[in-house]
Amino acid sequence: MTAASPESYTMLEALKIALDNALEEDKRVIVLGEDVADPEGGGVLGVTRGLSTKYGGLRVRSTPISEQAIMGAAIGASLGGYLPVAEIMLMNFTTVAMDMITNHAAKLRFMSGGQTHVPITIRMLTGAGFGAGGQHTDYLEAWFAHTAGLKVVAPATPADAEGLMRSCIFDEDPCLFIENLQIYRTPGPRLPAGQRIPIGKGAIVRSGGDVTVVAHSRMVRESNVAADTLAKDGISVELLDLRTVAPWDRDLVLASVAKTRRAVIVHEAVRAFGIGAEIAAVINEELFGQLKAAVRRVGAPFCPVPYSKPLETAFVPSPTKIEAAIRSTLD
Amino acid sequence: MTNRKQLDNATQMNIYRKMALIKVNDEHARRLIKSGRASMQYYSPRGQEVIPSVISVCLNPDDYVCTIYRGTHDMLAKGVPLRELWPELIGRANGTCKGKGGPMHITHPKSGVMVTTGVVGSSMPIANGLGWSSLLSGDGRITVAYFGDGASNIGAFHESLNLASLWKLPVLFVCQNNRYAEHTAYAACTAIRQISGRAASYDMPGVTVDGNDPFQMFPVAQEAIERARSGAGPTLIEAMTYRFYGHHMGDDQSYIDPAELKAAIAADPYARFRARLVADKTVAEAELDLIDAAIEKEVAEAIEYALASPYPDLTELKLDVYASEVAS
Repeated sequence: MTAASPESYTMLEALKIALDNALEEDKRVIVLGEDVADPEGGGVLGVTRGLSTKYGGLRVRSTPISEQAIMGAAIGASLGGYLPVAEIMLMNFTTVAMDMITNHAAKLRFMSGGQTHVPITIRMLTGAGFGAGGQHTDYLEAWFAHTAGLKVVAPATPADAEGLMRSCIFDEDPCLFIENLQIYRTPGPRLPAGQRIPIGKGAIVRSGGDVTVVAHSRMVRESNVAADTLAKDGISVELLDLRTVAPWDRDLVLASVAKTRRAVIVHEAVRAFGIGAEIAAVINEELFGQLKAAVRRVGAPFCPVPYSKPLETAFVPSPTKIEAAIRSTLD
Repeated sequence: MTNRKQLDNATQMNIYRKMALIKVNDEHARRLIKSGRASMQYYSPRGQEVIPSVISVCLNPDDYVCTIYRGTHDMLAKGVPLRELWPELIGRANGTCKGKGGPMHITHPKSGVMVTTGVVGSSMPIANGLGWSSLLSGDGRITVAYFGDGASNIGAFHESLNLASLWKLPVLFVCQNNRYAEHTAYAACTAIRQISGRAASYDMPGVTVDGNDPFQMFPVAQEAIERARSGAGPTLIEAMTYRFYGHHMGDDQSYIDPAELKAAIAADPYARFRARLVADKTVAEAELDLIDAAIEKEVAEAIEYALASPYPDLTELKLDVYASEVAS
């Protein structure tokens, strides 16, 4: 890991810039969540530090540990014309606000016949590797991607985090914004000032001709390591970063697989019923006759995130496992 | 002191009109379902007419309401037009929500009805957000969250009251205590004798009031609304009432003591208020008959209009899911 240079910054810094800019440019933008205001430290990791002082405690508000109340306040404020960014701290804590997120935020536009909509952004951290055990680091993106009306983004780089945050805040639909703790302080190139990364558009991380690898969030980094290793053996991987899980970039994925005719989908969430299954199914539906190998999926084993270090390390898909899955499509 | 409305004759008549509309509409709804001419999810509010009628005459037209599946009385009292409500109740394209919400999800921002939820307790967290938006914009609106006694046992109630009090939100929490949570009697599922007592935990005023008596309800509603509008924060109103027809259509109410039900129906708040208006010489009975007859006609016409209305086009399945269509 290199130190941040003027040309680079971390996801933490990128998110702060996006939030600061949005609060600055549009009075409708408001922020709420546990500990987000300065008297409480400006966020559990400091992403919102300084914002309540700069924009006032009415716009940047710390809340009780009341996830239903946080989500309800965000939904209601959006119905009242505001653009709330609600921090729910950890993705696992969405479970105590699921009614608000899936029954209300996701559905009010449809159930009202388009009379109302819920332009909120829900920020959350997750990602195994900190010895937090079973209730703090799950990847639950498939639950939300399975709910019509929600958008789910999961950036892998600081620049994408900044650009996607900006897009989510000003998007007209409810967006879940997944932040991975393991890559939070990894420097990356800066986004040109004010730029947005469009929701629903993936990126080609590296071009290649033999196998398409589809990943998001931290798994982009792990897949890239695997691709480096394979490159030494002359295996050319095309690595795609979904950036947005829902709606995912079908065109990008299908175009790449049509070229390579092999695909591996990688996610940190447990493999069973994960988004890899959906993507694999669509690849099969669209490109069945062209595939040279069965589409492979790499994900965590079907168990809760374990505590003990060797178990936790084995739980998260590693570059070695990803490499093996890629090789298996070439056998 | 703000301009406190008086419960003068004109206000009493406004309350009566709303109550009559709710009562007549309910009779038509139940008759329609039983006739088999239309099928719909319906949770009768008969017996609970007073509460939203009084509150709505105290509110401004642009104040917000969040209500629940047993909520047609709340919607009608706040001003959702019959000719938009009825097509929605039976799933027609010209309903408030293009037929895509239905009775449990009526939304009508023009009359301030922002959310109707089918989930017990979920009107409250969202009402807080609308209240916060009013604090931010200074629009002076207040938000009413309606819910039942059963909802005071769900976490959303407690989280919402705590936050509303903490943030001094311009919100009214109006519990329509109709004594039953689905089929479970109040005392069998609620540890406290009166729900208003729960307000103390959140350092806000809590008032239990006869929600079937407009003369009792009116000052309570006025005070809570003034308090909210002045920036002093929320109030929990527990309005005691009774639902005449059980939880859902076809409920045999076998879990209710017949004598209790009989007594509640004998004390019908609509009939009682009507008799009072006549006895007080506020209005001649003949005039009330005329009002009732006009409402009868209006409701009947709205239903026929709805029945003759088209169902939504199947393309609606793909619309209003997102701002613009998303491939799936």
